[in-house]
Amino acid sequence: MMEIRYAKTHEWAGKEGDLYVCGLSEYAQDKIGDVVFVELPETGAEVEQNAPFGVIESVKAANDLYSPLNGEVAEVNTALEDEPELVNSSPLEDGWICKIRSDDESFAALMSEDEYQVYLKGQDE
Amino acid sequence: MLKTAINSFHRDQDARMVEYAGWDMPLFYASGATEEHRIVRRSAGLFDVSHMGRFRIKGSGSADFLNHLISSDVKSLPIGLSGYGLLLNPQGGIIDDVFLYHIAAENYLLVVNASNLEKDWQWLEKHKDGYDIILTDESPESSLFALQGPRVIPVLETLTGLSLQNNWERFGVREFILENIPFLAGRTGYTGEDGVEIFVANEQALALWKIILKNFSPHCEISPCGLACRDSLRFEPGFPLYGHELNETILPPQALLKWACHMEGDFIGKEAVTALLEKGVEKKLITLSLVDKGVPREGYDVLSSEGEVIGQVVSGLYAPTVDKYCANAFVPLAYSKAGTEIQVSL
Repeated sequence: MMEIRYAKTHEWAGKEGDLYVCGLSEYAQDKIGDVVFVELPETGAEVEQNAPFGVIESVKAANDLYSPLNGEVAEVNTALEDEPELVNSSPLEDGWICKIRSDDESFAALMSEDEYQVYLKGQDE
Repeated sequence: MLKTAINSFHRDQDARMVEYAGWDMPLFYASGATEEHRIVRRSAGLFDVSHMGRFRIKGSGSADFLNHLISSDVKSLPIGLSGYGLLLNPQGGIIDDVFLYHIAAENYLLVVNASNLEKDWQWLEKHKDGYDIILTDESPESSLFALQGPRVIPVLETLTGLSLQNNWERFGVREFILENIPFLAGRTGYTGEDGVEIFVANEQALALWKIILKNFSPHCEISPCGLACRDSLRFEPGFPLYGHELNETILPPQALLKWACHMEGDFIGKEAVTALLEKGVEKKLITLSLVDKGVPREGYDVLSSEGEVIGQVVSGLYAPTVDKYCANAFVPLAYSKAGTEIQVSL
């Protein structure tokens, strides 16, 4: 199973071949509720760790998506154009957002699963 | 933060809670806002709307007083019926949109928006001199639920053994008892569906809420519903929401609410409304649906097909029933005709 690491802004990333797959965490999709639209980054766009690279719209609000990594967008999940609800039903698999060609350094800077769980406890207090 | 009498239910159900007009309210429950929206359209949904204000107006001067403050024809509202109306300022701007229940002779119940409760109360207090009335804010003592959907009346009929479908007119008010809990219900709501709004004493509110969910569930799908789907449900049939489609600078004809103004009556703001109608309405509320995908949020610019900014979005969201991204906006009359192509800057 691929190692998944998390950003403080609740995006996740995991290495798949020579790319990193990115998405929104289970916790965040649950918090924002039904996703009705995802504004995906452009393929080929240069992205910067912690900088906005897309927008996710739920029923009541628009939320910025922040790039979990430095790099270049290699692929985007076009299935979200017709089925944005995949982010809710399968946040870590079918609801992935994009694939980024990135260095391992920005990946290492993210939180591990365990660290993220501790971080979430702080969020709900 | 203020809590309704059934706040513990929302918390026990792990509803996503938000602050709304100073109240701790459920935004949606486990099944999510879109599914809650759909269940109200196909069966039944139960909303806690106890955050809305409830004022009692009693006394021999109550009809005259209300007729002066509310834009609709209060004097023609029979006992046992309810109706929609507007509180206007002298400039014709909308202070609030309200629902008035004529409970008994010289006895009215006025339901106001949570966000305007204090402002409305001051407005009523300010104008009561000279009228023989007693004005009471009953909001803290009672709870208000909305039970909405096509299955509501048939199931209520089954549960009460009363003949309701053809013997209870729209906006009619009746008293009920379910499992020894008495409550008042008006055949109304703000979702575009048939249904009722229920007034119950706080002490019995939680019990009644649970009784409704328990007793309805063998007969039809029913779910507690939060504020998110209440917004999408009111949006689809074109019902305005205060703070979005309505505010103190918007006059009723601009918000397509001339029908709520009894122009033969004598209500505060009438002169301004008459003057606007004589001059001609220069901007108007429209609903637009997007050709492309994207949520047209409040505040986004609306542009003509040539790219000139002609207005702003006041409400915008995904409308589940029609599966479209839609918005309401005020635009100049020239752009208000159905079929006109305009743009939204997303």
